Amino acid sequence: MREFLEQSIQPYFNYWVYVILMMIGLWATIAKNNLIKKLIGMSIFQTAIILFYVSVGVKKDSKIPIIPHQVEEHHAAEDGNHAGGHGEHGAKRVTEKHVIEPDKFANPLPHVLMLTAIVVGVSTLGVALAVVQMLFKEFGTLEEDEILAQIKTADSASLDV
Amino acid sequence: MSDQLPIIIVLAPLFGALIIGLVGSRDHRVCVPVVLVALLTSLIAVIGTLTQVLETGPVDYFVGGWEPGKMAPGVHGPVEIAKGFGIQLRVDTLNGFLLLAIAIVSIFVSIFSIRRANQEAASKTPQFYTLYLLLCVGLFGMTITGDAFNLFVLVEVTSLTSYALIAMGRNRRGTMAAFNYILMGTVGASFYLLGVGYLYLKTGSLNMEHIQEVLSANDFEIGRSKPVMVAFVLIMVGIWIKMAFFPLYGWLPNAYSYCPSTSSCLLAPLMTKISVYIMIRVMLSVFGWEWIFIEYAGWSDAVVILAVIAILAGSTLALAQRELKKMLCYLIVAEVGYMVGGAWLGDPERWGMSGAVYHILADAFMTLCLFLCAGIFAKKANATRIEDLSGMFKKMPLTMTGFVVGALAMIGIPPTCGFFSKFYLIRGGIEGGHWEFVIALIISSLVNVVLFFRIFEIAFFGAKPAEGHDHAHHHDEDDHSSNNQDPIDEPTLLEREAPLRSLIPLFGTAAIIILLGVYNGQIVEWIRLTIKP
Amino acid sequence: MKWIALIAVTLTGSLLLVGVGDFPEWGDAHSAANEGPKLESGEQIATAVSQSFLTDTDELTQVPNVVTAVLADYRGYDTMFETVVIFAAGLAIFAILRVFGGDEVKPMRAPEDDTFCEGDHSRIIIGTTCKLLIPIIQLFALYVIAHGHHSPGGGFQGGVIMGASFILLAIARDLKSALDWFSEKTFMRLASVGILIYAGFGVLCQFFERNFLDYGALKTVMFSSEQMARSYAMLGVEIGVAFTVTAIMFAIYANLSSRGELKQGL
Repeated sequence: MREFLEQSIQPYFNYWVYVILMMIGLWATIAKNNLIKKLIGMSIFQTAIILFYVSVGVKKDSKIPIIPHQVEEHHAAEDGNHAGGHGEHGAKRVTEKHVIEPDKFANPLPHVLMLTAIVVGVSTLGVALAVVQMLFKEFGTLEEDEILAQIKTADSASLDV
Repeated sequence: MSDQLPIIIVLAPLFGALIIGLVGSRDHRVCVPVVLVALLTSLIAVIGTLTQVLETGPVDYFVGGWEPGKMAPGVHGPVEIAKGFGIQLRVDTLNGFLLLAIAIVSIFVSIFSIRRANQEAASKTPQFYTLYLLLCVGLFGMTITGDAFNLFVLVEVTSLTSYALIAMGRNRRGTMAAFNYILMGTVGASFYLLGVGYLYLKTGSLNMEHIQEVLSANDFEIGRSKPVMVAFVLIMVGIWIKMAFFPLYGWLPNAYSYCPSTSSCLLAPLMTKISVYIMIRVMLSVFGWEWIFIEYAGWSDAVVILAVIAILAGSTLALAQRELKKMLCYLIVAEVGYMVGGAWLGDPERWGMSGAVYHILADAFMTLCLFLCAGIFAKKANATRIEDLSGMFKKMPLTMTGFVVGALAMIGIPPTCGFFSKFYLIRGGIEGGHWEFVIALIISSLVNVVLFFRIFEIAFFGAKPAEGHDHAHHHDEDDHSSNNQDPIDEPTLLEREAPLRSLIPLFGTAAIIILLGVYNGQIVEWIRLTIKP
Repeated sequence: MKWIALIAVTLTGSLLLVGVGDFPEWGDAHSAANEGPKLESGEQIATAVSQSFLTDTDELTQVPNVVTAVLADYRGYDTMFETVVIFAAGLAIFAILRVFGGDEVKPMRAPEDDTFCEGDHSRIIIGTTCKLLIPIIQLFALYVIAHGHHSPGGGFQGGVIMGASFILLAIARDLKSALDWFSEKTFMRLASVGILIYAGFGVLCQFFERNFLDYGALKTVMFSSEQMARSYAMLGVEIGVAFTVTAIMFAIYANLSSRGELKQGL
């Protein structure tokens, strides 16, 4: 049991959580009757994807992907020590490239992508809420079955005429 | 300048939308000219790009100049740009013609929308046109992009604008349909996004070309891993929801039939077709033909059977409808079945997929033609049901002529493009050994014969419709325009007939339907340059 | 409906779990997405893009925050359309909900309450707190926008904070006084102006015979090296994003809270 936990759950814990969140969201989106609950389900569904992407970009023991300029300070210190031979050293320093170890910084790309996904989620939710308000104005209810029943009675009324 | 053409296709409508957003609310009359100028600029750019493509092969455009392999100036000397660094736009013969179709359809619909949008959107006309242009931006962008994630962003641009265009109508059933569309569309887009995430997890790139390179390396070693398979299924299901493929079509009929007619004229011909294009693009450019049809040959049989069910179900449901627009919507479901089935036939000469791409073009114009007619009927004669169309041949002969061309194309009568697309699809079906698909195509064509000849019969022989829907005051300005028809023997024809701003797009579309049919050989040959290199 | 949902959920869940089995472990710095895809034999066939982003950003743009550089430069085309998505959402909500004119709605509070900082005491507390807080929030928003190169932040985040300050004003007093500050015409225009700034930077590069959004072309205009030109242009672009986001966040709130009448908020 312990072995199973350590080998298949622990390293993939984030992925398991995201799958479960996604299933909860999908269930609410399809099965719930209240339109607002459906929207909440939709939001959970989208958030699960964000969790997935961010988990992909994680590196253990890494920092946020902000790389401070270290080169200048380093050279400034050197400048003070070697006042002579300035030209030679200076030429060397310009061509010297600061080496960055990418393993120490988290993967930036999933964060960029998820910023887009969050923005898209907010926009969709806003539009959906506007539509829900419109529906409430027109039907006076937010329960899907009641709305469908109203549409059905209106349909049969128009067919009789 | 000519190397900037691909981006101008997308930018022109974007700037048009922004200009309307800035000055449109002050004066509504500025909207239509801006829309037309923006879309015409796009059209010219598309034509320019397409000629380049036909002369020299695929055109690539790297936004931000991040071209892989190029040396970019860094602080300490040049840096070589890695693959997939920036976002790539790519125009080849596969999407070039689609761009052309989008440009032409959107121009026709914008001509059709003059005045009509004012009545349908009331004081929100500038917002309507801004959304309209943003929808065009999204469609152009989806078609032109070569980046898997950029595609998602543009899918969302199109989705959000189309939700708004559908919900703008003052029909409460349309609002409910828009809500369902939002839920389904978001779930579909999320599935696509998740699929791209799985691909990213396995390949570390978002550029379509680069992904394919990684997947196919060393005889599909990475391509055979489980996450890639799951990614493929997720992406396909996501796109199928977006295109209303058979079990997932629930949102489409209500959404398209209860929205304002200008919106439905733009959405119905383009949205589902561009989704089909995306499916084909993903199949060809991301996973590759070999991966789908040789590594996982069993899948294609299952999808073709789904497509067959889609065709039969769409046709049957269309037969049961009494409303013209709804009937057309179910026909779209059937047509989506044609295209998905065709793309998945997997015949070695790839006729099925070529036929599917050609059918995207053909179907865009056929659907546009029929929806334009439906919009005209609903407006001028207040006819939304099929039985309301009685006597239409006499009442509106010109519109009815356009309708006949569209209907014949839908059935598949020779000079129109509908015949040739079915011909290529059937050829693919026979060569791929999918007889069930061939039979379904023929049955569906027979159903279309029944559907449309029933309408022709009502429109030709039916009783004269009841008086009382007099809309004579709507076309005061068009009375003096000539219609190439002899107005002497029918003095009231101009009053009964649709205004010129509706007839120009209708006849333009009808002409394109026939032209597309006449030049089918050449067009399919060009399309096959990309599909079967 | 429940049965369809059950089937859909089980299918999706099992499909996703099938994939999870073959994933790299959580936090693996050598996974395909973080370092580059590898074959079974251990041969690495390509470098992951993010690896190049991390190593080259300092060289190419002089921006310490790699996320900002990717967002506003390398994948700036995406970000532009992200802003367009927000703009489209604002327009969509306007198009769906907004009703013009209509009957004068009954104010939820008594009219004499409308005078700020007078009347009952709880209003004094709320009003004074907001008076103190809103400038600080706005200042912080500007900091987040302007400092996006060096610390987490940027146009979207700063724009949302800025929009929130207006929303706070609308909640604490009423929608009308917030609209006096930031009228409907202003925010709908501001949203367009934001994208116009973004796309304008891109088109400006085209005038220097470079590709769209190739900020390096602006070095002659900005009197700086190509790398610093990229850095400055990113700031400009972020400001454009912030305009649109501020405007649309407030527009969404204003329309949703007043059912499109823009008269009486919550």
